[in-house]
Amino acid sequence: MKVLVPVKRVIDYNVKVRVKSDGTGVDLNNVKMAINPFDEIAVEEAVRLKEAGTATEVVVVSIGPKASQEVLRTALAVGADRAIHLESDVDLEPLAVAKCLKQVVADEQPQLVICGKQAIDDDSNQTGQMLAALLGWPQGTFASEVTPEGNAIKVTREIDGGLETLQLNLPAVVTSDLRLNEPRYASLPNIMKAKKKPLDSRPVTELGIDVATRLKAVNYAPPAARKGGIKVENVAELIEKLRQEARVI
Amino acid sequence: MMKILVVAEHDNQQLNAVTLNVVEAATRLGGEIDILVAGEGCQTVAEQAAAVASVNRVLLADAAHYAGQLAEELALLVVETVQQGGYQAVLAPSSTSGKNLTPRVAALLDVAQVSDVIEIKGGGSYVRPIYAGNVMLTVESAEPVQVLTVRPTAFDAAAQGGSAEIVSVTASASVGVSALVGRELSKSDRPELGSADVVVSGGRGLGDGDKYRQVLEPLADKLGAALGASRAAVDAGFVPNDYQVGQTGKIVAPQLYVAVGISGAIQHLAGMSDSKVIVAINKDADAPIFQIADYGLEADLFEAVPELTRQL
Repeated sequence: MKVLVPVKRVIDYNVKVRVKSDGTGVDLNNVKMAINPFDEIAVEEAVRLKEAGTATEVVVVSIGPKASQEVLRTALAVGADRAIHLESDVDLEPLAVAKCLKQVVADEQPQLVICGKQAIDDDSNQTGQMLAALLGWPQGTFASEVTPEGNAIKVTREIDGGLETLQLNLPAVVTSDLRLNEPRYASLPNIMKAKKKPLDSRPVTELGIDVATRLKAVNYAPPAARKGGIKVENVAELIEKLRQEARVI
Repeated sequence: MMKILVVAEHDNQQLNAVTLNVVEAATRLGGEIDILVAGEGCQTVAEQAAAVASVNRVLLADAAHYAGQLAEELALLVVETVQQGGYQAVLAPSSTSGKNLTPRVAALLDVAQVSDVIEIKGGGSYVRPIYAGNVMLTVESAEPVQVLTVRPTAFDAAAQGGSAEIVSVTASASVGVSALVGRELSKSDRPELGSADVVVSGGRGLGDGDKYRQVLEPLADKLGAALGASRAAVDAGFVPNDYQVGQTGKIVAPQLYVAVGISGAIQHLAGMSDSKVIVAINKDADAPIFQIADYGLEADLFEAVPELTRQL
């Protein structure tokens, strides 16, 4: 079974994001970028399926600027076999990404696509579901456990209030939640080896897919700051404030 | 007038309260609001939906293949309903089920979706948080069908007192590529975390799962509170993941949020900073949680929390 894992290059999750003063976007100058954490989990899961003998090949794909090749190399360094880079200097919306990925799926014929459940930049949480819809495939979103069983796959999902287990016919799309696994670190020898693994790069425009932006981003603003309160001296004062001032108990 | 379709969230017996918030959000779009109740044996849910104020009609689709609320089955029904009924907007909560379903609907309709809307400005203009709540994006959509997930805590609940007509709709054909094997829902007598008036939440400062329960459960009992946790506490295995409050967990906005032994990572603040009153109990004077807490108590939680529980 071939597994395809789409990955996105995003601002590193440790970086404090700043909005540009004119409200036209987020300041990405000299900001550390990294593989989207949920995608890292997706890559790890695919590599584990290969190590378990279920997956035969793990192909990673990223759509973005030339620098997106860095996150593809990261994925190759933890065990992906091959990478596809679809170069684009403009940000694609989830629907456009899903349409491009559908084309990649048509070329590569994977039995399973594992995506991160959301990218930590735009927090859309759409691409995996959209890809599944366009392909007419079942989906197992927010997965915390994935167990292939012949021509099907069992997916345990993190849902509000607990867990849910689905059985999906293959081929299928799975999106990873945080607890699916703990991604490994790439060893130095593997980082070196990853530089020699195949990485095919071509412009996303070669796919001939309409990737024009549908939504218009009008303004980026920092959230309204919450006013800090006071420190109380002891429990008695806390209770008094909650009763007399805030009136919430 | 805009025709709006709200997809009801339910378990075939009970309409989930978040649907009321979605209906309220739908009223901000200005139009005629229908609620789609798809499930199996869910007439009661349809009746509950019909009693929500400002609802025009309840569309009831009752079929065995909707029982598990599978996205593959529901998406097809929603798309057919939208196309046949000429709807210009589809709304669902940004809960795990809403987030699972709506992108599938949007893709099949070939429209962009706007996720996790916290403000509806009118004219296709919405505000939504991005970058874990660190940036508020105002976005405009001119799509012929506006597909939205809305954050329930950002909108009041619609009132009761409606008497909408319940109309049965024909079920879409079964897709049959997925099946629900089972659900393990955390059983609790406490209020639901997402809609509780009071939330008591614990972080890594509690040390382990036993201490989390020993220290926080009596306080939550006294306050009639739901229990929550930071991602650090979940990652450390103190409590299951559905306790998690934060950008990668649940977004809550209770009247009172008590953060115990939580340092206040951005990721956590994104999930609770809309609470009306925030109390922080932490022994680290420099913990970022104190910067947003209305009342901060710098103390050893293992002494302060039991004392608080006694004195309440």
